[in-house]
Amino acid sequence: MKILISLIPAIPLFGFLFLALAGKKVPQKVAGFVGAGTVGISMILTFAVSSIFIGSLHHVKTWSVVLWEWINTANMHADIAFSLDSLSLIFMFVITFVGFLIHIYSLEFMSKDEGFSRFFAYMNLFVGSMLILVMADNLLLMYLGWEGVGLCSYLLIGFWYKEPANGKAARKAFIVTRIGDTAMIFGIFILFLSFHTVNIREVMYNASMNWIAGSPIATLTAALLLGGALGKSAQLPLQTWLPDAMAGPSPVSALIHAATMVTAGVYLIARTNVLFLLAPAVRSAVAVIGALTLLIAGFSALTQHDLKRILAYSTISQIGYMFLALGVGAWSAAIFHFVIHAFFKALLFLGAGIIILVLNQEHNIFKMGGLRKKMPAVFITFLIASASLAALPLVTAGFYSKDQILWYAFSSEYGSVLLWTAGIIGALLTALYSSRMIFITFYGDAKTEPSFKPGKLMIVPVSILAFFSIVGGFVELPDSLGNVHLFSDLLNYTLPKVILKNTGIPDYFFQVLSGIIVLLGIYFAYLVYLKKPSAAESFRHSGLYSFFEKGWGFDALYDTLLVRPVVWLSEIDKKDFIDIFNKGLAQLALLFNSLLVRTQNGKIRWYLMSLAIGITLILTYILTR
Amino acid sequence: MLTVPVQIQILLAGILFFLGLIGLLVRRNIIFMLMSVEIMFNSAGLVFIIAGTHWMQPDGQVMFIFILAVAAVEVSIGLALILQLYHHFKTLDTDAINKLKDKR
Repeated sequence: MKILISLIPAIPLFGFLFLALAGKKVPQKVAGFVGAGTVGISMILTFAVSSIFIGSLHHVKTWSVVLWEWINTANMHADIAFSLDSLSLIFMFVITFVGFLIHIYSLEFMSKDEGFSRFFAYMNLFVGSMLILVMADNLLLMYLGWEGVGLCSYLLIGFWYKEPANGKAARKAFIVTRIGDTAMIFGIFILFLSFHTVNIREVMYNASMNWIAGSPIATLTAALLLGGALGKSAQLPLQTWLPDAMAGPSPVSALIHAATMVTAGVYLIARTNVLFLLAPAVRSAVAVIGALTLLIAGFSALTQHDLKRILAYSTISQIGYMFLALGVGAWSAAIFHFVIHAFFKALLFLGAGIIILVLNQEHNIFKMGGLRKKMPAVFITFLIASASLAALPLVTAGFYSKDQILWYAFSSEYGSVLLWTAGIIGALLTALYSSRMIFITFYGDAKTEPSFKPGKLMIVPVSILAFFSIVGGFVELPDSLGNVHLFSDLLNYTLPKVILKNTGIPDYFFQVLSGIIVLLGIYFAYLVYLKKPSAAESFRHSGLYSFFEKGWGFDALYDTLLVRPVVWLSEIDKKDFIDIFNKGLAQLALLFNSLLVRTQNGKIRWYLMSLAIGITLILTYILTR
Repeated sequence: MLTVPVQIQILLAGILFFLGLIGLLVRRNIIFMLMSVEIMFNSAGLVFIIAGTHWMQPDGQVMFIFILAVAAVEVSIGLALILQLYHHFKTLDTDAINKLKDKR
């Protein structure tokens, strides 16, 4: 039975191989069947495995499967080995389940695209790599999956490669995340040099036994791993790539740049929580970075006019919440928000994909409007997801997950009032920008007519996600409301429990407060964006607005600080001695070419004459020698 | 039997060869050029015959038969090409048929 878990990442990888090798030769139907089917099989396997695994969780916390030896030298040993525990199980569930729904959706979304089978090949490779990432038994295999998803992200952002801007966005994503990845591999090197193993459990055990909390080496290692997480999860200061990553097709944004891959950083930190607990400075840095990112991205989301960029900034902001939760030691709260976020954010992106497709590639929300009556199914699901994003009290899943984070940001032993304040301002911003998005896109006068009606393959996955965006929250209810802890109980088999300090303030106070804040935000957005659009209009022309819209000038800053100096250096480097020599050779060859090319003039008698002269010369030489 | 010295015979073949070569270089009509090539062919054949009689060997005549066969083949291919050329360019002037060149 245990060997079955190795099939879960293997089947999508086989799907990738099939589509990459034979994708062009098989009809589109077969390619789509293979592309979505492999992920579907993985999903069913995940369900089957999880039902057995959860049943036996009281006896065995971890299932390990060693497939074969990967690297074996005197000092170094790494296997292709998978391990399953409750943390990776939850990630596998989201990857395969949300991934499968998005694959189904893509069957229709991509049906008119010439790169249909290529798309599914990349998507399958992505699902396979992501599963390897979360199931890996050792850091090296995890890094393989980590780089695999980075590659797929690059390939899929630049999927429509004929547009040069898309290629640029893809390269930007690849290079920015590479900065983090480099830090991360150095962290893995330090762990290996210290403990002579890359097996995650052994490393964590050894670290907790041998390293002193707060020691420089623990801090350094945790900081380097955090670098990797920041790059992948688009957190400050490496967040600039995610808004540009929206150049890819919408299902890609849904799967990779919202639901799964960008949360790999959250997974990494949760997985190596031992190290972060040993490095309190880095752990607090995680919380502070999360808080700052959620604010910065929240303000930026409020000012975007491209529907997908709103969602991109909102993703950065929501992952900021997860980092905030990780930083205050609320491990299970971060993972819970990850799951709920995966549902509603995938839904938002898929809905945005439908809107953009139906309106003939119109991204600007100010040119939409009035879609409420034109596309009721999309409107209702989009509304549910936005409500979940805005954490509408009591009914949506987002409320329960975000409220938990806010509560722990204050009441956990590492929490503080400042972190909580950042979180609550972020909640207000989230409510504002998600209602702004709804009001401008779906209400008011229609500005663009829908060109066709979305089919079942797109609506059904979206509806399922909408169902989970509501119901998903009820597996984990706060003490004051139902007191259900199914989710954190499952995770606490793997992750440490959050330790609360005695604050003296009951948690329902915070729930009421955050509920009021959210409702206020929605009401304010209603006033400003629907009732009196002129109020928003005056703000639109201020300098602050364009500052927020450009993502707080981070792109411009990096452009001046890093990109231009590098380009300048490479310009100089282009003219060094070796290049001059090589270019000189090329010039010489060109000179001879231009001389000789004159002799090839197409006149046959000229050729014969040169032939005759040549023969005469050769004969003269031979005879007179 | 009157015998011509072998040098004179070779000289005759040489004159024929150069006549052919000059014809090839000066003529612009591709059919005349083909004929000039034939003349050069035949001068080469003549040298074989001369050598064969000089050393009393049959090889020279055997080679000549070969050359004849090759020439026949060559002429048929050449004429076919000329037909195609004419069909395509509506001219037989080789200076006008100069499309096979590098662009400068």
